[in-house]
Amino acid sequence: MKSLTKFFLIGLFFCDVGLANDGPILEKAPIDLTDQQSLQRGAKTFINYCLNCHSANYMRYNRLNDIGLTDSLIKENLLFTAEKVGEPMKVAMNREDAKVWFGANPPDLSVEVRARGSDWVYGYLRGYYRDPTRPTGWNNTVYEKTAMPHILWKLQGDQKLDEKHQTLEIVKPGTLSVKEYDAFIGDLVNYLTFMSEPSKLKRLDMGYYVLIFLGLLLLLTVKLKKEFWKDIK
Amino acid sequence: MNKTKINNGGLLAWVDERFPLSSLITNHLTKYYAPKNFNFWYFFGALALLTLVLQLVTGLLLTMHYKPDAELAFASVEYIMRDVSFGWLIRYMHSTGASLFFVVVYMHMFRALIYGSYKNPRELLWLFGVAIFLCLMGEAFFGYLLPWGQMSYWGAQVIVNLFSTIPFIGPDLSEWLRGDYLVSDATLNRFFAFHVIALPIVLLGLVFFHLVALHEVGSNNPDGIDIKKNLDKKTGIPLDGIPFHPYYTVKDLIGVSTYLIIFALIVFYLPEMGGYFLEANNFIPANPLVTPAHIAPVWYFTPYYSILRAVPPILNSQFPGVAAMGLSVIIFAFLPWLDRSEVRSIRYKGILFKRWIALFVTSFIVLGYLGTEPSNVWGQFSSAIPFIGGVDKATIAARIFTVTYFAFFVLMPFYSKRDKTKPVPSRVKY
Amino acid sequence: MANHQDDKIDKKKRSFLIAATTVTGAIGAGAIAVPFLSSMTPSERAKAAGAPVEVDLSKIEAGSMITTEWRGQPVWIINRSKAMLDDLKKNDLNLSDPNLDVISQQPSYCKNATRSLKPNLLVLVGICTHLGCSPTAKLETQGDMGENWSGGFFCPCHGSRFDLAGRVYKGSPAPINLVVPPHKYIDEKTILIGEDNIG
Repeated sequence: MKSLTKFFLIGLFFCDVGLANDGPILEKAPIDLTDQQSLQRGAKTFINYCLNCHSANYMRYNRLNDIGLTDSLIKENLLFTAEKVGEPMKVAMNREDAKVWFGANPPDLSVEVRARGSDWVYGYLRGYYRDPTRPTGWNNTVYEKTAMPHILWKLQGDQKLDEKHQTLEIVKPGTLSVKEYDAFIGDLVNYLTFMSEPSKLKRLDMGYYVLIFLGLLLLLTVKLKKEFWKDIK
Repeated sequence: MNKTKINNGGLLAWVDERFPLSSLITNHLTKYYAPKNFNFWYFFGALALLTLVLQLVTGLLLTMHYKPDAELAFASVEYIMRDVSFGWLIRYMHSTGASLFFVVVYMHMFRALIYGSYKNPRELLWLFGVAIFLCLMGEAFFGYLLPWGQMSYWGAQVIVNLFSTIPFIGPDLSEWLRGDYLVSDATLNRFFAFHVIALPIVLLGLVFFHLVALHEVGSNNPDGIDIKKNLDKKTGIPLDGIPFHPYYTVKDLIGVSTYLIIFALIVFYLPEMGGYFLEANNFIPANPLVTPAHIAPVWYFTPYYSILRAVPPILNSQFPGVAAMGLSVIIFAFLPWLDRSEVRSIRYKGILFKRWIALFVTSFIVLGYLGTEPSNVWGQFSSAIPFIGGVDKATIAARIFTVTYFAFFVLMPFYSKRDKTKPVPSRVKY
Repeated sequence: MANHQDDKIDKKKRSFLIAATTVTGAIGAGAIAVPFLSSMTPSERAKAAGAPVEVDLSKIEAGSMITTEWRGQPVWIINRSKAMLDDLKKNDLNLSDPNLDVISQQPSYCKNATRSLKPNLLVLVGICTHLGCSPTAKLETQGDMGENWSGGFFCPCHGSRFDLAGRVYKGSPAPINLVVPPHKYIDEKTILIGEDNIG
């Protein structure tokens, strides 16, 4: 058994290193996949703002059933870029246009959170500041020289970068207060996190039962082995 | 009590006349005698077999939905993760199984290393094992391209390019491997073929030979004692042997349930394993125009990758590094002839061997860690220091550990011969 | 082997443990087989592609038909004229199954004289019940189908003939009538194919 513990310690050592992030220090995103209200607000924001330029080609509209939206609700309120609820979230914008306007195709966002991390996206969408040297007039503390303009500036207002302390402050308030905007982005990132792996809650739930079952199996096999090995002297 | 069981015909008799079913069961299970002193390390053979079966089954199911096409591959993996019923479970089982296969195989090899399981008469058994290991590395490498993410793409790009450093034939060879001037649809398509057909068949064949060789010579044990030397005078059964079935089947079941618990913990709660089993950059579709800032192979390849990076180019050629990396894997095959110790097991070997094996394990782990990090992870030496001033600390460390890694093998004939061994008892300790 | 050893073995406990482990193991194997086998059922994509189809009926003139697609199969919607409906009854003697006794060939709500919800509008899966070819529409009477032809469908593969309610004529290789898929009316002008109110 001593060697077994060693095995686990080595394993733990392997898990811990390498998680260190070299990038900017990121605030933790308020992720709660069980908060359906937040996910629904996020889905609405995503479809109203993001889906104009970004696709989510691997996400079907009717997967929103998982966060408590019925097919008819989806059809009436959210189905802008498709005809049927079973279709994926295609982009409204023409991809050729996009390349001309932004110099690059806006990436598909289906699995963006799995590539970047939810904290990164949370920081990114709150990290815009005015920078006249950039073609869009905006720069970002999390993703320097980002090609994406600040779509949500009317809500957040204008931020200015304090270069000395690398902090941001609002110089022209938007329609939302700082707290409201953070919550707004929090909901959106929560939704993006859900969308990057819609089966996650099911996975966590199922694991619980599988582990209980395997625990029982282990118990039985230990008893069985002990019983048989009584023979061996 | 003289109940002789009369075989009154029946299905079994019918089968036995046509196929040696009963004798297979007796020869390889109920009357196959294994040493009774197997410990923790002896679980991993059975676990490797179990993992192989799991990989074959989940792999088969993935093949039903996956598309080996550069335009469709990435999307088809997401399709599996979302649209296929329980596709996420099958995919996570396959990706977790890939990593755990290496964990299990490394433990299995380490067992052979400490108990001298490669020594006479088990040289061929060991060689089949090394071949399985090589085959498994190929299987993992080809399989890793299939999700067609950024890490898949650039990992394949880097490794295929390693072949181009081979003098004379290199560039043509890597072009032939890719079937194109860069890693492309053609490469993906053939890697898929290798991954799902060619290598699994070879792997299964090798596993079969590995087991045949094992049952021919019998298992070694933690004492490294030949149990066939002490037979019961009446029955001819080894005194330290017990029937594999039921004793080791029930014991292996404990190993299997424990392993499945670890497996399930990862599949359900840590499928990415902090980026070690599934890398974040692999959720970005392959893009031949943009290399991710930091590319590293999956963890099970990193010790060899570290060795590759540690060897400096000689005469402007990267080939020595590539050769060193290749050798670091192949060298395992020579173990039976490098070890000149009188005894098999570490229990009776002297302090020299114990020190060397500790050094080897340390090198393997440190090299493994360094391989996951960029070479500037520990910063540089101060420029005031002669010779190594300004050089990455991690590079120097990797060089030292690379030398240690090889020294373990190359010096083995000398230290294993000089080592003061302890007397080996005639019966196993149980 | 030595007998005194066997005496000490608690055989009851042993067989209980073997049975318990075997049953648990079998349950485990069965449980893992469920997701494995269910991965081969139609995926969300297939379900989305096979979802019920809405069809606008306002453009089908009396005496004509349109073809739409549901689950990858041709589905016909035929707007039968008054004359066509009147002709239907006359065919009964020449049909294999005029009374629609084979239940699987239409939903219960279409087991009537016109095989439809609304008398004039017939919905059919355009696949011959013989070997799966798609029959050709021969809605007009007579013509190249001969003098006695009162309108219907003709399968070019093996010559099966159906009337304007999709009922098969005697002597055709097709064993049963053409299938009416589940369908319902969303409003006066729109029909939904693939879904009905009886589930």
